[in-house]
Amino acid sequence: MIQFNPADLVTLRPELFLLGATCSILLIDLFLKAAQRDVTHWLSLLALAATAALVYCGIPAPGQSVPAFNDMFVSDGVAGVLKLFVLLMTGLVFLYGRSYLRDRKLFIGEFYLLLLFATLGMMLLVSAGSLVTVYLGLELLTLSSYALVALNRDSAASSEAAIKYFVLGALASGLLLYGMSMIYGATGTLDLAKIHAVADFSTNSPHRTLLAFGLVFLVVGIAFKLGAAPFHMWLPDVYQGAPTAITVFIGSAPKLAAFGMAYRLLEGGMGGLHGQWTLMLAWLAVLSLAVGNLFAIAQTNLKRMLAYSTISHVGFLLLGFVNGSASGYAAAMFYAISYALMAAVAFGMILLLARAGFEAEEIDDFKGLNQRNPWYAGIMAITMFSLAGVPPLFGFFAKLMVLKAAIDAGQLWLAIVAIVFAIVGLYYYLRVVKVMYFDEPADDAPLALPPDRAFRWSLSLNGLALLALGIAWSPLLEWCNSAFAAVAK
Amino acid sequence: MIPLSHYLTLGAILFCIAVAGIFINRKNVIVLLMAIELMLLAVNTNFVAFSRYLGDPSGQVFVFFILTVAAAEAAIGLAILVVLFRNRATINVTEIDSLKG
Repeated sequence: MIQFNPADLVTLRPELFLLGATCSILLIDLFLKAAQRDVTHWLSLLALAATAALVYCGIPAPGQSVPAFNDMFVSDGVAGVLKLFVLLMTGLVFLYGRSYLRDRKLFIGEFYLLLLFATLGMMLLVSAGSLVTVYLGLELLTLSSYALVALNRDSAASSEAAIKYFVLGALASGLLLYGMSMIYGATGTLDLAKIHAVADFSTNSPHRTLLAFGLVFLVVGIAFKLGAAPFHMWLPDVYQGAPTAITVFIGSAPKLAAFGMAYRLLEGGMGGLHGQWTLMLAWLAVLSLAVGNLFAIAQTNLKRMLAYSTISHVGFLLLGFVNGSASGYAAAMFYAISYALMAAVAFGMILLLARAGFEAEEIDDFKGLNQRNPWYAGIMAITMFSLAGVPPLFGFFAKLMVLKAAIDAGQLWLAIVAIVFAIVGLYYYLRVVKVMYFDEPADDAPLALPPDRAFRWSLSLNGLALLALGIAWSPLLEWCNSAFAAVAK
Repeated sequence: MIPLSHYLTLGAILFCIAVAGIFINRKNVIVLLMAIELMLLAVNTNFVAFSRYLGDPSGQVFVFFILTVAAAEAAIGLAILVVLFRNRATINVTEIDSLKG
């Protein structure tokens, strides 16, 4: 008998608040004139800040988890940290995207509402305690993302990117669901904790084949959503075709959510089959590192180059998973957070340079940026060095942690492959730095900065945070470690 | 009584037709949308068969959720298709290739 426990609503406080706030903003936005759209902007940021405060207050003590609604929903340290960073990244997308969207007559309420709903989906996804919640959270995120990519209705590239994203995303959901149905058949439950307890992969188990099938489909679905090679086909097209304000979003927050989903499904549900999935993830990591870094070299479009760099970063993130212990997951989460912060500055810089009728998405558009505006050229250089993994920046320590996790797991070969490809990656990141500092600008005039002061300051802060977290990275790593205190060492 | 394995085979066949439909189809985006729906229905067949076999209703409840989400997914897919057709005046899969590299 399913019982309703009112205390469960308290556990779901941040999600319920965000849902209520989003619906209110939807109604308020209907009554606003186009000139008053800023009200929606600040209300959305306020809603995110209040939700973040509620999440922060609701994080249980390390090692503890609070289930709600018959284990459909779990609130624990992992979910708390991921939710806080998801909310932060969405807030940055709002701040960065405003002037870009206004220049293109896309400054409409739908942008805010779809992003808020996507955020709600991500929060549900990282807290999922059952296959049903995983699916619903994931679909709320992806359905909103499809619509966001197609936000610019008059752009052929945008709608083409949206249809490709839609078809491949739906295929990924289908594969994931097929795997879920197999796992349900083998274990007789949809509850991830119960699946973990029941899943029996011993050689004489009658469900061995069914579980193996389910696991493969699950891993393929996760790889699609993360964008790991060879399931990365959608990523470059979507990054390039989507309006840049949307690319900032697709490239940052959903990576954190996809990490959360992978953790819930693989460790939370299929932890007993650890030996099987680590091998699959190791190969996905190698392929992602190779494909991402080698294809990025040939790109002239910065958005497309960053898309291939995302694929290689997903490879690094998977190195943490290969370890399959608390420290490995913590390293992977640390990596996901660092990547999301770095991607936000990189795409934010494209937004900064873009003007009405000019996208600034080619690498050549950054020519001689140092002569036109040394401060933002410096911010971009920090970001590129951080993405490449140069000490003492944030990206270096993130890479160090996942490499250490892979070596601790006895996968020395994997760490060596990763380092080789990191050096290959250095080439195309440094090319951007070279273009900014050593090439002559096409236009000598100082850079015309967008008038939005909140955007410029938050972008500078975000860039400086990569430097600050590169020096003081240990509190964040400690935080990630304590989030995984419940996982066996 | 029809054994479980028959339902699973049916589900697997439907699933394979759907995946083949997505990868082999070179003509029409609408066929892709149909293949996606077929894929979700194959999953539903699996869930209902397992649910009946295990005597556990939660699988059937999941099917309701999948059906609802599939409807929303089809709505968004068709909406994107309309936008695509307005911009490109084609829904031929082979002609949707301006983004590459």
